[in-house]
Amino acid sequence: MAQATKTRPDADPTQQRPLRRGRGLYSSAVGKKYVMAITGIVLMGYVLAHMVGNLKLYQGAEHMNAYGEWLREIGEPAAPREFLLWVMRVALISAALLHLHAAWGLTRLNWAARQKRYAKRSDYIAADFASRTMRWSGIIVLAFVLFHLADLTFGTANPDFEYGLVYQNVVASFERPVVAVFYIVANLALGVHLYHGAWSIFQSLGAANPRFNALRRGFAIAFTLVVVGGNVSFPIAVMTGVVS
Amino acid sequence: MSEQVINLTLKVWRQPGPDAEGEFKEYDAPGINTEMSFLEMLDVVNERLIERGEEPIAFDHDCREGICGSCGMIINGQAHGPMRNTATCQLHMRKFADGDTIVIEPFRATAFPVIRDLVVNRSAFDRIIEAGGYITAPTGSAPEANLIPVPKEVADTAFDAAACIGCGACVAACPNGAAQLFTAAKVAHLNLLPQGQPERWTRVQAMVDEMEAHFGSCSNHRECEAVCPKGISIDFIAMMNRDYLKAQFKNRRLASQSG
Repeated sequence: MAQATKTRPDADPTQQRPLRRGRGLYSSAVGKKYVMAITGIVLMGYVLAHMVGNLKLYQGAEHMNAYGEWLREIGEPAAPREFLLWVMRVALISAALLHLHAAWGLTRLNWAARQKRYAKRSDYIAADFASRTMRWSGIIVLAFVLFHLADLTFGTANPDFEYGLVYQNVVASFERPVVAVFYIVANLALGVHLYHGAWSIFQSLGAANPRFNALRRGFAIAFTLVVVGGNVSFPIAVMTGVVS
Repeated sequence: MSEQVINLTLKVWRQPGPDAEGEFKEYDAPGINTEMSFLEMLDVVNERLIERGEEPIAFDHDCREGICGSCGMIINGQAHGPMRNTATCQLHMRKFADGDTIVIEPFRATAFPVIRDLVVNRSAFDRIIEAGGYITAPTGSAPEANLIPVPKEVADTAFDAAACIGCGACVAACPNGAAQLFTAAKVAHLNLLPQGQPERWTRVQAMVDEMEAHFGSCSNHRECEAVCPKGISIDFIAMMNRDYLKAQFKNRRLASQSG
């Protein structure tokens, strides 16, 4: 009977303070992984759209700056200027904050789950470089995003910044080699993050189906190559003088 | 492959008790027959230790045919050692070469405290099973097997999940110390079958909640699947994630018996 198993010796180590407290979906690690996956999809949609939009760099200053202006105008006259832009910004910032908060909660749980580490370094069989470095690749991308905003949105990190001149600001930014190298390194980190994340989403959302499982890795690789390939081409184009 | 005799060096984690400090100790293990299992090799080393008046190395074992889940240790940085789909007792010394140094550590997780040497307390798995890894049904004589039809594919999948022997290698190998593969296998085993449907949603919720009181979270490293002596697929983890989410939103008073 169930009652018979309730009394246990005090020394039972499994009766220690539980790693997880609270109930409800978000207090559970499985729930946090759903949040990681869904906010991950939102952020993936953004990085893809951001890369595609920036391809206008290759069409010249007029197209690029008009695209920047169009982003502020979407929704006019039904909505005020920049209204939909701010809706998107708020959604993105919320997704990023939730992604970070869930990651922090999961990380703390995982640290608590193995307080005494192996003396001999684990000889991993399946866990790849990308899956084991998600925290580091994520932190690099976060640091880059903060700089990137200061550089090209607020303009505080770009001495030649002029509001509205998107094309000129990008070219001026990438003409500083340190910025261009940081941009490329951060995009490679983003690629490593996406390589595991875009695959991992399906597993976290419980979308496993024998018909599609083999395609999940291919999707992650293709998505990563498209986004990182497009992004990395921009500083290279500026540095080699293709775009000036 | 013909029988050979090899000489090994073992670096074994020795810890006299749960609260004692542990350390690696080195032992020479000459004259090991390659047809011995890993546990038989440890038996030989232990007999020599006993003859010298030293404490033998404590390790868990029972059936020694790969179906009980008692044995398990980290051998050269891998749970159950270098051979896939194999528990420690079914690992043979022919997998090692003459002159090898083998590092042996206990499974490590906060929920698996060391009792002594290579023996760890895996009672946390019992807590997860108690939370819902059963079917509440009157016992008695077995009912007629064909009264409840089960599609062949579903029965096969449920059996794949039920193959879990609860050894804990998934937790030991997981960089996060997560018990997702064990719990998912136990959930899927019952949630796939008609007999498990009445408690499907309460089961997955209770077992996941209990799991998270002891273990880490899943980062989809797939390390558990790689070391599992029964080759259990991480597809069961995806299924558990899905059932856990559905369980949050099901109106249990109206929940039908199917997924």
